[in-house]
Amino acid sequence: MAKRSDGRKATEMRPMIAKVGVIPNADGSALFAFGKTIAIAAVYGPRLLHPQHMQDPAGAVLRCNYDLLSFSVSDRKKPGPSRRSQEISKVTEWALSPAVDLSQFPNTVIDVQIYILQADAGTRTAGINAASLALAQAGIPMRDLVCSVALGKLDKELVVDLTKEEEDQHDGEGATDFAIAKIANSDEFTLLQLDGKIAPEQVNEVMVLAKKAAEQIYEVQKKALKEAVE
Amino acid sequence: MMNVSNLSKNTLNEMFAANKRFDGRKITDFRKIEITYDVSNKAEGSARIKLGKTDVVVGVKLAPGTPYPDSLDKGNLMVSGDLLPLASPRFEHGPPGFNAIELPRLIDRAVRESGMIDLSKLVIKEGEKVWTVFIDIYPINDDGNLIDAAALATIAALKKAHIPSINEKGIVDYDKKADPLPLQKDIAPISFSFFKLGSSLILDPTREEEEACETRVTWGVSKMFGGYRINSCQKSGKQIITQAEIEKMMSLLPEKCDELNEKLKKLL
Repeated sequence: MAKRSDGRKATEMRPMIAKVGVIPNADGSALFAFGKTIAIAAVYGPRLLHPQHMQDPAGAVLRCNYDLLSFSVSDRKKPGPSRRSQEISKVTEWALSPAVDLSQFPNTVIDVQIYILQADAGTRTAGINAASLALAQAGIPMRDLVCSVALGKLDKELVVDLTKEEEDQHDGEGATDFAIAKIANSDEFTLLQLDGKIAPEQVNEVMVLAKKAAEQIYEVQKKALKEAVE
Repeated sequence: MMNVSNLSKNTLNEMFAANKRFDGRKITDFRKIEITYDVSNKAEGSARIKLGKTDVVVGVKLAPGTPYPDSLDKGNLMVSGDLLPLASPRFEHGPPGFNAIELPRLIDRAVRESGMIDLSKLVIKEGEKVWTVFIDIYPINDDGNLIDAAALATIAALKKAHIPSINEKGIVDYDKKADPLPLQKDIAPISFSFFKLGSSLILDPTREEEEACETRVTWGVSKMFGGYRINSCQKSGKQIITQAEIEKMMSLLPEKCDELNEKLKKLL
């Protein structure tokens, strides 16, 4: 088995940190870290949605915004939305919305703001984990938390929670990065995003690994929520 | 998105469950593919694809540029496109909506990760000057499944593309074609977008079918390393995908990939 540059085992995740209630102004907020990747998220709402024509009488509109802070990456990121951040904002919305019950809040909007303080791969997944905690703290009814992790393949070996250094590796078949989110305690996947070179049969194996990783994330998330109310 | 009536949605749901469609296809069958080349003689390579009534043109342009700091020994790849109001009453002028952002990004990932273009052979002067390959995608008529159609048009246009000649002073003569664009032989990423309605997963929907579905999973697949490799994937839409559905797509991909490759051999 190939050794990873930070000495982790193939299925070992980076140390995780989760804290709930980090932004007093927000209705719900959280920080989530995978090793050196740190995401913070705030939830504002439900509140009346303007302009009125965007309102949905059948339920709240969930609106997500993800972005990197300009200094969170080696080459400074120009502030403001990019095509990348717009795409990630949208897939984050899709990753979270199946878990929340929006029907109780007609004509309102729930804004989820996610920002990355420090990026070392897995920023969208850390962002989803933070946002899921923030939604829970805001008291939005949820089927369960959403747990998200990036898995992948380095040459031929499947690994969990890649770092930036691993993501950029080109040895053998190179690196595959597969960002996944699922609703905890279910068989339901809400985010699938992949770049790389992976065989179809290995995708099935990745799903099994993703489930195990999600269970670990879930425990960290639950602990953080409990700490927030104690 | 256009609103589809519940009645059509229910009808389609029942038909898909019985492996039937209005146009007589099975739910995982593609429509008839037609490819024409040299849509524009000003492009370094171009192709137009018809997938049923869906019609997409793709042009490849090359221009000298500076390499990115993290890839000084490689050419650049840029995929863009626009959902022109020409192609559908639903498309509008103005800043790109999400679908217009997503389409070129998905094609970019499939092409880039497959390694179809040998970017290391597109260096003019190492560290200073490289070719940038621009792939531009424009739908002419949208009757569903634009992403898969755009991927097919892209590989067709790339296979016909040439590098323009460039003199010692660095001046490009676009009318004089030098070498063919360096491609990895036999690698061609094909896109398969599965659309979910009820418990059915369908391929190559018409616009009406696509509107009835709420979630799509797009896979970019190529044959490499002696097998099939998935180069890109994206789930779009609010519905969940179960593990069983992922397994079903994974078992279908190799056979669909072979089927389409066989068809393409005759067309390319």
